[in-house]
Amino acid sequence: MQLEVPEREYMYPGHVACPGCGAAIAMRLFMKVMGEKTIIVLPACCWSIIAGAYPQSTLQVPIIHSAFETGGAVASGVRAALDIKGDTETTVVTWAGDGGTFDIGFQALSGAVERNEDFIYVCYDNEAYMNTGIQRSSSTPYGAWTTTTPGQEWKKMRKKNIVEALVAHRIPYAATANIAFPEDMMRKVQKAKEIKGARFLHVFASCPTGWRIPSEISVKIARMAVQTNIFPLYEVEGGVKYTINHTPKEYPVREYFKLQGRFKHLTDSDLAQIQEMVNEDWELLLRKAGKHS
Amino acid sequence: MKKVLEGSQAVAEAVRLAKVSVISAYPITPQTHIVEFLSEYCSDGRLSARFLRVESEHSALAALIGAASSGVRTFTATSSQGLALMHELLHWTSGARLPVVMVEVNRALAPGWNIWTDQTDSLAQRDTGWIQLYCENSQETLDTTLQAFRLAELVNLPVMVVLDAFYLSHTYEPVDIPEQELVDLFLPPYDPKFQVDTKNPCAFGSLVLPNAYMEMRHNIAMAMEEVLSRFPEIEEEFAGIFGRRYGPVEPIACDDAEIILVTSGTVTSTSRQVIQDLRARGEKVGLLKVKLFRPFPSEMFRRILGPAKKVAVIDRNFSFGASGIFAQEVRAALCNLPSHPPIFGYIAGIGGRDVTTDTLEEIYWQTKKDEVPGKESIWIGLQEVDHATGSS
Repeated sequence: MQLEVPEREYMYPGHVACPGCGAAIAMRLFMKVMGEKTIIVLPACCWSIIAGAYPQSTLQVPIIHSAFETGGAVASGVRAALDIKGDTETTVVTWAGDGGTFDIGFQALSGAVERNEDFIYVCYDNEAYMNTGIQRSSSTPYGAWTTTTPGQEWKKMRKKNIVEALVAHRIPYAATANIAFPEDMMRKVQKAKEIKGARFLHVFASCPTGWRIPSEISVKIARMAVQTNIFPLYEVEGGVKYTINHTPKEYPVREYFKLQGRFKHLTDSDLAQIQEMVNEDWELLLRKAGKHS
Repeated sequence: MKKVLEGSQAVAEAVRLAKVSVISAYPITPQTHIVEFLSEYCSDGRLSARFLRVESEHSALAALIGAASSGVRTFTATSSQGLALMHELLHWTSGARLPVVMVEVNRALAPGWNIWTDQTDSLAQRDTGWIQLYCENSQETLDTTLQAFRLAELVNLPVMVVLDAFYLSHTYEPVDIPEQELVDLFLPPYDPKFQVDTKNPCAFGSLVLPNAYMEMRHNIAMAMEEVLSRFPEIEEEFAGIFGRRYGPVEPIACDDAEIILVTSGTVTSTSRQVIQDLRARGEKVGLLKVKLFRPFPSEMFRRILGPAKKVAVIDRNFSFGASGIFAQEVRAALCNLPSHPPIFGYIAGIGGRDVTTDTLEEIYWQTKKDEVPGKESIWIGLQEVDHATGSS
């Protein structure tokens, strides 16, 4: 199967991301579908730096950098202004990390989705506060080391399920995507672009620096997150209609965990417990998608 | 056309006449009537604006940062806790050079819960880069709100129009509502100096290294300084069309005054009466009303207060560990004069307590009696409170 990726780039050749950064790959793929009629609202996250320092910018579309917790609100204001000006062509996008989405920006995001603001909110998820130096967020998975969950204090809470939280708002469109599945991701971006109202994309974006992996396995790790059912690819329309987009090979989670330094302290019994949690979440998703009784 | 209006409606009328495009607000007493009137205007078509009913004051200002960056005229209103919640974004608005206009209804901060007037909420935001204008009555509030848009859009800084809770926000007064055609003459459609534009993609608010950040801050300082000359020009133009002028400060009977009271907000109206009464009894007393607080018109203070024998600043606010905030500013303005009058700082009317003609006379007589201030801050009207019953 040949992958059709548009030639046109909306990122200039230079950017300030770490080698192998999943967030940079995510933006590149996203923008190829979105095109030039896009305004990016960028609350504090890795991308605040990746985009480059004044007076340079790596993006070929306008960026409004904004305060950490304001992604949902600033985008609402941009949309309102465009509506007043009669601009119906431009899509307003909030591009935020997991901290700005799951934690500090959750209120503004919830407010914007409840109001059904006409915008796309993308959370590129690298599972911790990577830009400030790998501190835990509510998106950090069970079992992970971070600089604020060191040693035996490794995170013992589950990752917040952000898609389900937004589905509870009856959001018109919510989907997960992954940089290792570019075709699936770009199809979802295209679909989101064509829908009116609030749309949410949860993009799995690996972080070699924070996950303690070599940069050359960045995409491989992201693919394994899907193949192990840790990060299933699915979409939800109107808050009710679930579609699972990829039926994985159901590799054991151990394969994914053993490659990452952030999980190296976990014992066999920890991994067995995590395997059970992943199985449980997958069963729940299958039921929602009508695949199981 | 003259109408009897609530102070809150005078604000709403100004916002309607200014043809604001995006309003975003979150309810808090005593600001609520303003946003209720504006909701009605938007709903019945008297104002064709988008009204964003957001989930917090923080988001209210964040939304306007987005809208103003996109090149439209914007407005919000808040009070007290709401303003405190916006604090981070107050800095952001001025740093981004966005001409957002806000009406701030002065209300005390909790705890204990107190919805009545007190200026500490807005004065605590003095270092955020917002122009601050304090109003005395509903007419001035309406006029100042219109002027605020002109001023904000001229210097690219946000403006806070400040009024007292209830004494002004909920009080009915006759107000002259300007004709739309005349307002259009005074306040043309917003012509932004910059805005997000997909045809000219720029990054706003990005990472700035120490090589340029300092100069950007200096530019804000210069824009603030420009207000000192530009605001009187705007007022002059306004007076030419509407016949009303207020001034950054207003001196009343100050020329030969030995003691000058310094006031802001509705306390000024009461003080006008007190000055008149005292003058009738042969007292050489004057009054200086402060309207423009940021930027602080220090030169005007030096010129007007310098020759007096004593100055009495009345603060309905307090900076713990220092003094009344207006008193601090007046002291700072006068301190480099070769000689200056002693400055008495009085704290009165905190948490909405009434400031009556008696309160003000007491302040006057105490200032006259004492050679120099006994204390940096003199709290007026403190009483024994029985905390078991709450009675005083």
